[in-house]
Amino acid sequence: MQYAAPQTVEAAIDLLTSHEGAHVLAGGTDLLVQLRSDRVAPEVIVDIKRIDGMKSIRDDSGGFRIGAAVSAAEITEHAGLGAAWPGLVEAAGLIGSTQVQGRATIVGNLCNASPAADTTPALIAAGARIVISGPTGTREIPAEEMTTGPGRTTLAKGELVEAVRLPTRAARSGDAYLRFIPRTEMDIAVVGAGVSLSFDDAGMCQAARVALGAVAPKAVLVADAAAALIGTAIDDAALEQLAQACAAACNPIDDKRGTIEFRTQVAGVLAKRAAVAAKERAFAAQK
Amino acid sequence: MSQIHVSTTVNGDAVEFLCEPDETLLDALRDRLGLTGTKEGCGTGDCGACSVTVDGRLVCSCLVLGAEANGASVDTIEGLGQGDALHPLQRKFLEHAALQCGVCTPGFLVAAKSLLDRNPDPTETEVRYWLAGNLCRCTGYDKIVRAVIDAAADMRSQAAQS
Ligand code: FES
Ligand code: FES
Repeated sequence: MQYAAPQTVEAAIDLLTSHEGAHVLAGGTDLLVQLRSDRVAPEVIVDIKRIDGMKSIRDDSGGFRIGAAVSAAEITEHAGLGAAWPGLVEAAGLIGSTQVQGRATIVGNLCNASPAADTTPALIAAGARIVISGPTGTREIPAEEMTTGPGRTTLAKGELVEAVRLPTRAARSGDAYLRFIPRTEMDIAVVGAGVSLSFDDAGMCQAARVALGAVAPKAVLVADAAAALIGTAIDDAALEQLAQACAAACNPIDDKRGTIEFRTQVAGVLAKRAAVAAKERAFAAQK
Repeated sequence: MSQIHVSTTVNGDAVEFLCEPDETLLDALRDRLGLTGTKEGCGTGDCGACSVTVDGRLVCSCLVLGAEANGASVDTIEGLGQGDALHPLQRKFLEHAALQCGVCTPGFLVAAKSLLDRNPDPTETEVRYWLAGNLCRCTGYDKIVRAVIDAAADMRSQAAQS
């Protein structure tokens, strides 16, 4: 195995293209565990942290551009992100331990493609876009199109994620991410729900995105759940509709961590709570 | 497999070592630099025994490659005390009997130091969450948490006096 720390995206793409087994290293919290257990045996490891922009959170015409190697800890400490996207920040704060958050990245969380990744539903709810560079140039896709199933992404050979882009936040907007785990910390989501809402002057929801994790082979954007909220003041009836739409979108596995029935029910409950929290934040941000 | 030349700073001293491309920072610290205070419990990021800081950031050294430390500043348990003088955290761990076998202790101390550097007056809940990634099979945690809170108080009063 070789270790390479290229200085440019082009050099990284060259390495990824010219080696059969090449693996990107950002935070390494998944990769080093896989290396140790021989689940992966890359010919070359491409450490992207020395590439300009990979470790920075930048203003992006009113939104944010988060470099692919920015750690969860850097996200939870960023005041601007905390104000605009508290739901994404709380999801980042749920990954593993303090030590793991010091290294783990939200892009790694996305690319590792676990159905239970905490930051993925939050990114999807936020309407994040993923900037991907490869031998044929740069493309941008919505976060929900990044993974195709457990451990699988749409990245082609030679491609790597450069950054996540978060859109400009409208006034009276808020987001939230909640997960269910049987303990209080250091666990993997049995169900996760991310909700992002925007309201008009009259207090009516005018835009909504709802995403669920750990209830299907990949995190899902639930359009019917968003539709249940738009045009309402997030009243009880709307929340009930939201829960039903979420339950209908579930296609979970049955395992020791949660049965199909349990995950399906909890998805609706968490989505409701996340919607209420997102609404509170939308109006708290006004003051 | 050709070895990689790494120049780094460990506990304030410039050091250089050669390591394999797939060698962890934990192994490099222990086997190349003889700094065996940092322990390996699991090797998979679950136990925190290998905690160090890299450029001031608390991490599991078993999840960092030695090669990644090039140009970085690493702090380990060996840098916590000043010569023979124990750090207040070390003193309070002894006073509170916050260790038994001691394998987890360096990791807890490095992690607790990193917390107190950021937050000199943490609540019990904050201490418990911060240290959630440090496992101890002996003490039951309560004494560790009390030692950290007591050390924090000690350090605050020392800071107020100076
Ligand atoms: S040895 Fe690194 S976390 Fe256990
Ligand atoms: S004192 Fe033995 S593991 Fe903590």
